[in-house]
Amino acid sequence: MAFEVNGVTYETDEDGYLANIDQWNEDAAKWLAEDEGVDMSESHWEVVNFLREYYEEYRIAPMIRILTKAIGKKLGKEKGNTKYLYELYPGGPAKQACKIAGLPKPTGCV
Amino acid sequence: MVDKIETPELTGEIKIPKIEPGATSHYRPNQASEKHNNNLGFPGTRVENWQEKSIEKMDDLLSKYKSLLVYLDSCVRCGSCADKCHYFLGTKDPNNMPVARQELMRKVYRKNFTVGGSLFPVLSGAEDLTEDVMTEWYSYFHQCSQCRRCSVYCPYGIDTAEISMAAREIMDTAGIGQKYCNEILGKVMDVGNNLGLTKPALANTLEFLEEDVEEETGVPVKFPLDQEGADVLLIAPSADFFSTPHIEGFMGYAKVFHEAGISWTVSSYASEFANFGMFIGNYETMQKVATRIKDAARELKVKRVIVGECGHAWRVAYSFWNTLIGPFDFLDKKYKNPTHICEFTLELLDRDAIKVDLTANDNRVVTFHDSCNVSRGSRMGDSSGGQFEIPRKLIKKVCGNFVEMDSETIRELTFCCGGGGGLLTDELIELRVQGALPRAEALHEVMKERGVNTMAMICAICKAQFTKVLPSYGIDMEVVASLHQLVSDAIVLKGKVGV
Ligand code: SF4
Ligand code: SF4
Repeated sequence: MAFEVNGVTYETDEDGYLANIDQWNEDAAKWLAEDEGVDMSESHWEVVNFLREYYEEYRIAPMIRILTKAIGKKLGKEKGNTKYLYELYPGGPAKQACKIAGLPKPTGCV
Repeated sequence: MVDKIETPELTGEIKIPKIEPGATSHYRPNQASEKHNNNLGFPGTRVENWQEKSIEKMDDLLSKYKSLLVYLDSCVRCGSCADKCHYFLGTKDPNNMPVARQELMRKVYRKNFTVGGSLFPVLSGAEDLTEDVMTEWYSYFHQCSQCRRCSVYCPYGIDTAEISMAAREIMDTAGIGQKYCNEILGKVMDVGNNLGLTKPALANTLEFLEEDVEEETGVPVKFPLDQEGADVLLIAPSADFFSTPHIEGFMGYAKVFHEAGISWTVSSYASEFANFGMFIGNYETMQKVATRIKDAARELKVKRVIVGECGHAWRVAYSFWNTLIGPFDFLDKKYKNPTHICEFTLELLDRDAIKVDLTANDNRVVTFHDSCNVSRGSRMGDSSGGQFEIPRKLIKKVCGNFVEMDSETIRELTFCCGGGGGLLTDELIELRVQGALPRAEALHEVMKERGVNTMAMICAICKAQFTKVLPSYGIDMEVVASLHQLVSDAIVLKGKVGV
């Protein structure tokens, strides 16, 4: 599978996640977000950026609690919780946000 | 794209639906890639002579497992299993009646392994393993969560789960693997857990939890990693390092060890309790995954192995570890190995080795969801029925308000969450939502009638599945709780700020 934005083709796996994380850029993120029905606000981008930073270092998405805490620090304590993350990403912060951030899909009992 | 899922309506009772043939014949999980199949020693793609290979494998399994032969031979079509499967109740597809699911294999068995079937195929309902039959196999043997509820009602004890496992093993052998299970099993062999959590990531996660708990309680509860010479090796499902409410349960285990003053450690080499080798019915894979745990226990020189909240893995540990990786003669014989974390915590509470303040959970009215593999595939503790009693006793120790759901949906009659058996994957989300119907009905009733606001459980799959699908039924995901999350909230930590 694949999609195309501004003349660039992005390969995806059968679940629609980017096949090559290095190919990720804002164009791809916007396309993936639209496909997921997510309207990207600044808060959405904060989540995506944090996921990418964490992935860069650890080669995996962070545990949900690490993510909520980081978002709380950036956007205010009242937003540092799972509920708020689900408001941003109804498909789940781990799966939907990872997809938009270009990360591979988390596997396992999650 | 998140499509709208057709959620069955809650009617206030678990009803036998009017059948809709073929309703879910299009549900099928993604197939494994060449790499994922090869990782496990299966052919990368469907082999040219797949029919021959499949029948050969079936022959092999029939001679290895006499039970399979008996199951295929002994059904009298009494129909008492027909309406007992949550997938049938939720999807209305008659192929999800356990007897019909078995029939998919039985007809091929008759054709190839019985005289009547080979001579008079039409009369005896025998059929070759054609392309169409294989399509049905892939679809409907992946609409069985191997929960064994049907077997409880079968007068002959026919276990559809075992038939599903055999079917999946046959398909794998022919190069037709399922992505979700096979990819994950590859990760366990590579990295040590289903998630693909690397050692630095695991270390970071545990450090974070240490800080988090100390911030919250003022008590330096440790989350040790690879600590040689610790008394206990704790084996948790890796979801406990990643998702909510799994993590909250994991924090509970840590607090229990801390308060009991017992040294423990997590292993980065064996950082997974789950064992999907069982779901694909492959003994060798199951053994390889389990062996990592034995190796880690030896390497870390621990005295005992305690395992976390994970249903199917408890079945593997309780019922199969001894054959797979036993004997555990290198561990301290004083202890039962493995011990379930619920047994462990309850025993500490019974002898007052740790203290709880159950008013901490006064805001909760709790019910308990029995997980299928714990209920029907294992036991716990020293007396029969321990797998039902121990978790309930533990809940009642840490929370004053406990309510049971409908008696036909608990204990050995419990309904699967709808995501077990290797089906917890996004492309099967409709099946998962529909399969959760009976549990959603029973839960909804006690929420409405008895004010229940918490459903505790001891299985990582159940937790992930329910947080995902219950909102489709209008039930908040925060209802879903780890049993040790309740322990975590009630345990009295010495030196806890404000106490
Ligand atoms: S084992 Fe469970 S999922 Fe499979 S047919 Fe029986 S009741 Fe249905
Ligand atoms: S209950 Fe047992 S014997 Fe009766 S139809 Fe089901 S599998 Fe066959």
